[in-house]
Amino acid sequence: MGSTLLGKVWDLHTVRRLPTGQTQLLVGLHLVHEVTSPQAFDMLRLRGQAVALPDRTFATVDHIVPTDGQARPFADGMAEQMMAALERNCREFGVPLFGLESDDQGIVHVIGPELGLTQPGMTIACGDSHTSTHGAFGAVAFGIGTSQVRDVLASQCLAMDPLKVRRIMVSGALEPGVYAKDVILAIIRTLGVQGGVGFAYEYAGPVVDRMTMDERMTLCNMSIEGGARVGYVNPDGTTVAYLKGRRFAPAGDAFDRAAAWWRSIASDPDAAYDDEVLVDGGGLRPMVTWGTNPGQSAAVDERVPGPADVAEPERAAVADALAYMGLEAGRHIEGTRVDVAFIGSCTNGRLSDLQEAARVVRGRRVASHVRGLVVPGSKRVRDAAEREGLHEVFREAGLEWRQAGCSMCLAMNPDRLQGREVCASSSNRNFKGRQGSPTGRTLLMSPAMVAAAAVAGEVTDVRRLLRHTEGS
Amino acid sequence: MTITGRAVALRGEDVDTDRIMPARFLRAVSFDGLEAHVFEDDRRAEAAAGARHPFDDPARAGAAVLLVNRNFGCGSSREHAPQALARWGVRAIVGESFAEIFFSNATALGVPCVSVRPDAVRDLMALVERDAAAIVSVDLEGLTVRGGGIDAVCTMPAAARGAFLAGTWDATALLTADFDAVRAAAARLPYVSGFRPARA
Repeated sequence: MGSTLLGKVWDLHTVRRLPTGQTQLLVGLHLVHEVTSPQAFDMLRLRGQAVALPDRTFATVDHIVPTDGQARPFADGMAEQMMAALERNCREFGVPLFGLESDDQGIVHVIGPELGLTQPGMTIACGDSHTSTHGAFGAVAFGIGTSQVRDVLASQCLAMDPLKVRRIMVSGALEPGVYAKDVILAIIRTLGVQGGVGFAYEYAGPVVDRMTMDERMTLCNMSIEGGARVGYVNPDGTTVAYLKGRRFAPAGDAFDRAAAWWRSIASDPDAAYDDEVLVDGGGLRPMVTWGTNPGQSAAVDERVPGPADVAEPERAAVADALAYMGLEAGRHIEGTRVDVAFIGSCTNGRLSDLQEAARVVRGRRVASHVRGLVVPGSKRVRDAAEREGLHEVFREAGLEWRQAGCSMCLAMNPDRLQGREVCASSSNRNFKGRQGSPTGRTLLMSPAMVAAAAVAGEVTDVRRLLRHTEGS
Repeated sequence: MTITGRAVALRGEDVDTDRIMPARFLRAVSFDGLEAHVFEDDRRAEAAAGARHPFDDPARAGAAVLLVNRNFGCGSSREHAPQALARWGVRAIVGESFAEIFFSNATALGVPCVSVRPDAVRDLMALVERDAAAIVSVDLEGLTVRGGGIDAVCTMPAAARGAFLAGTWDATALLTADFDAVRAAAARLPYVSGFRPARA
């Protein structure tokens, strides 16, 4: 019987079995940002501890950075204090920092892969639940809280319980206008927002095999939205090709040896899984969330369900979500008016996401009542997009072109919804109040669907606009 | 280890950590004072609708046991959520199930999360909503939750339970105990040693 990637990576990183029965797991790469680390560094200071392996630790700033004026000190005194704390902590503890002045700054889950820090076979931890993104490379990557950030800083290790593995096979081929975002939203709708608790999700099958690394990152990114702390794709030729020439990737002969090792840690063909799920990729359509968790979604041509359409334990939640969203059961989700369009985040803020959105808005204008933001996931993504002239396409369409950061995904910077505004968003969470207004409303969808909603002023099927584009 | 005290019921499936602690309160370099903002948006919304959120009920102030439904603490990994609950007074959480990162964070703070069957959650919630003074006790050794004549079996992953019973829920000491072993494990990893050619 063969092993899964999770099993192989777990064994390779096991330091010892703890008296509690947990595994002391070595963390190969620790990524740090400004929101969940200051208290951890303070605890280290209080206990007189150093950072155990500062050369396996990297920091950047993403959550609080303003995406318009970035002059220091920031207008928001609290954001400035957090930025200054990260700078001081990194200096004092010897942790490399990709700060605002660095060309490498960006969302932590965008820059790790970009720089080649993220590699197959690693264990990766970060004080952020979307650390699952790095699983796209065949790493075992998971989000942790601040006390665990302290543990990793102090020991480069975590005390972990074993995970089960669920393989999710996506068969067939995606139709044009259907993206990785639609695949993961459909998976979460099927398996539920708590379905992945205790599991790592292994994504496989023809659709996943054909995906680019950007697409695999979108897929793995939202594993946590399905309750799975870890999601991964087995490394293959696409993974190896992406990493070649990246700054922190091995070079020369070492790259060839690395590539061979990377492929060797993929799940064996005869590996046993704790659960297997099949998804018909060819049957997927663009998805839109109608509720207040990422499992509450519908295909763009479907109707919003009501309490009567679901089993008893879900009824109250559906009624509550519809009341908050101001949506009516039985009505088509298409045609829902939007006030704001947000393109960005660690889910969909990469170059290919911006290219797809630009393809939709090119030569079109955003509806007059819509405020639209395009926020690249990193400075490198921003520069690459500008070299292709995408910033001009967005500006000509009436969208704002911003600096890199997390921005309106969680609204810790000044980019926020106002009042009950409805936002078509390429981000990952449609929780109540998530985008900065306690009564604001979020409709999750792919970046292309956000672009289409921005142009139409309401939720619309991007496939129609794309057909028009191809036809013209 | 047994946690005994008044309890507060917080109804709802999939309560996310953005609900427990809205992101605007994460703009800080310490956890101090977070307890004042726990469930802030829900509390304001309830008040605006002329109702009262359980965390605004003076009879529930400082309750030691929090009763919740399914998948409590899903979403963001922000430890600010369990930190705020703990600072508010919560010393144990009883629910149908918990999101994984929230469970780890609460454990690291010394706040055990135990699971009971849905009907037991329903009965316990009914009890404490009826009687704010009702005493609920969570026994990690015997794996029971008791109160007002209810005697429910609870479960908890063995490792977390063992850590609470042994007093080792703060893992730092365990993890830093043998750093030579950590160094040795790191040195065995090809990506740490630079993918050097295998020795003949």
